[in-house]
Amino acid sequence: MRRIRAEVLSSRNQGQHHTMTIVAPEIAERARPGQFLQVGMPADRSFLLRRPFAIYKASRQGGWAGTLEFAFGPGGAGTDWLRTVRAHQFLDIIGPLGRGFATPKNRNVCLLIGEGYASGQMYFLAEELRAKGKKVDMIIGGPTQEAIFKPIEGKRLAASVTVVTEDGSLGSRGTIVDVLAAMAGQTGAEVIYAAGTTPMLRAVAEYCGQQRIPAQVAIEEAMACGWGQCFTCVVPVLRKDGSGIDHQRSCTDGPVFNSSRIAWDALVPSATATSTGSGSGSGSEGAGA
Amino acid sequence: MKPVLDVDLGGIPLRSPVMAASGCLRSIRDVHGLVDVRRLGAIASVSVTAQPVAGSAGPRVAETPSGLLHDTGHQNPGLDVFLAQELPVLARTRVPVFASVGGATLEEYLRVGTALAEAPGVVALEVNLACPSAERGGALFAHRSDHAAEVVGAVARSTRLPVFAKLTGDVADIVDIAGACIQAGAHGLTLIGSIPGMGIAPASRSPRLGAVTGWVSGPAIRPVAVRAVFLVSRAFPDVPIIGVGGVADASSAVEFLLAGAWAVQVGTAMLVDPDAPLEITKGIIGYLRRHKIADPSQLRLALRPARPAADGGSS
Repeated sequence: MRRIRAEVLSSRNQGQHHTMTIVAPEIAERARPGQFLQVGMPADRSFLLRRPFAIYKASRQGGWAGTLEFAFGPGGAGTDWLRTVRAHQFLDIIGPLGRGFATPKNRNVCLLIGEGYASGQMYFLAEELRAKGKKVDMIIGGPTQEAIFKPIEGKRLAASVTVVTEDGSLGSRGTIVDVLAAMAGQTGAEVIYAAGTTPMLRAVAEYCGQQRIPAQVAIEEAMACGWGQCFTCVVPVLRKDGSGIDHQRSCTDGPVFNSSRIAWDALVPSATATSTGSGSGSGSEGAGA
Repeated sequence: MKPVLDVDLGGIPLRSPVMAASGCLRSIRDVHGLVDVRRLGAIASVSVTAQPVAGSAGPRVAETPSGLLHDTGHQNPGLDVFLAQELPVLARTRVPVFASVGGATLEEYLRVGTALAEAPGVVALEVNLACPSAERGGALFAHRSDHAAEVVGAVARSTRLPVFAKLTGDVADIVDIAGACIQAGAHGLTLIGSIPGMGIAPASRSPRLGAVTGWVSGPAIRPVAVRAVFLVSRAFPDVPIIGVGGVADASSAVEFLLAGAWAVQVGTAMLVDPDAPLEITKGIIGYLRRHKIADPSQLRLALRPARPAADGGSS
């Protein structure tokens, strides 16, 4: 993990989301899908905390070598400021942080699920899995077409991409959870990865639990530091001996967790009692949404 | 003249008056390459209790103007794991450790305090009195002078290490409580811990913290902390005081030193900028040099009037 002053190469709107490309060779070299950056906010403002953003692209070769990309949705004061940062300005970046997605050893068919701009980190994961010879299919979803993040990327990387929007403005009408069982069956998914809102992740975890499909989910919890000191970003995790739960830090023990280890009841109401897949994307801004 | 940063907290020599506050530097292996811990004057550990504490449900942090609202529910690994696994890592940095003692009863404070005091690397105990009492319906020990003094006195009598009482700022008379702790045997005081607070999100109508209420830290509480340090140091000028609460840069650190602090702790700022303690240290050196002051202790209560005297004095 490094702290660097990173030059912004580009900053652009992407539907209702926003993407930034920064020059960060030290981080790009080692960043893995599922890991994140902590972006410093300007001094002398009333909002203090860094904002955590999942890395959705780390270029190590070619014309973009040494660059990183991250995305964010409509949010609060921090992301409003970040949208005003232009090319050739600098950001205070710490990363790569956290533990990324693990690659399955004996399983070859992967279903990747991304909601809102959280699809971005799934494209990064798809690229890595494909390079390792895995078959990758994707489901990407959101409330509206505007919330679907770079679907073309998915089509470039995955064997198949299923797009769902709640209003039917892109792909089929519905939620990720509505198409999950059909897609998992159709693709023969042996392992499932998901990033997005916590209710959707819970629904995915419940399905995977029933079907005995291993699943890894990227949890976004409000955090202060991002490097393991403050213990504010904790996720309730079941102890292996069944004696209760431990609070593990999503910043250093996660943000990727094995979905069967999470004590979902302590984290989010059951998906069956709420509408799922209705968010515009994962974790707007940590603690400072 | 080259100023020095060394300070002496009444027999505890520190290379710098800038410390890490309790709960903000607790996993050294995770800050490798990010924080040069050896430059810290001391590290206050997380508050340790006799048994492991799983802590409160999330969310545990929310932003508030110029501050943080937080509550971890005192999550800590418990005395045994702390002594076996976490404290040795802190001690290996060779930075003096102020071991923070938590508890729900007098007996627990005593048990934890005496055990921590024997551990290598610990130079002082910091008794965190912002813990709810199991026997008094959850009232904080820090809220009453007799309750605070009882705990601090008992811990101080049971160890040869100096004991700092960490007090909360949301009390009617901080000088009274500080005085009771000093009389009971406190070597010094850490002023102030985070102050109680709450936030509610109008859109969801839900509290911003899983614990519903929590604690406010950061620059938002700085004036409260500076006042507490000032009032207590004026009343007890010979008692070492560590100022904490919104120390974010060199200027705010100097503010605490002028208010009477012998040293400062950096908490929230370190969670935002891991280099904050180092930047603050450099900034204090610069301030001392510019003002031709030999060392940080010379700043203690070196206040000037807010306005020149009415007789025409111009300085």
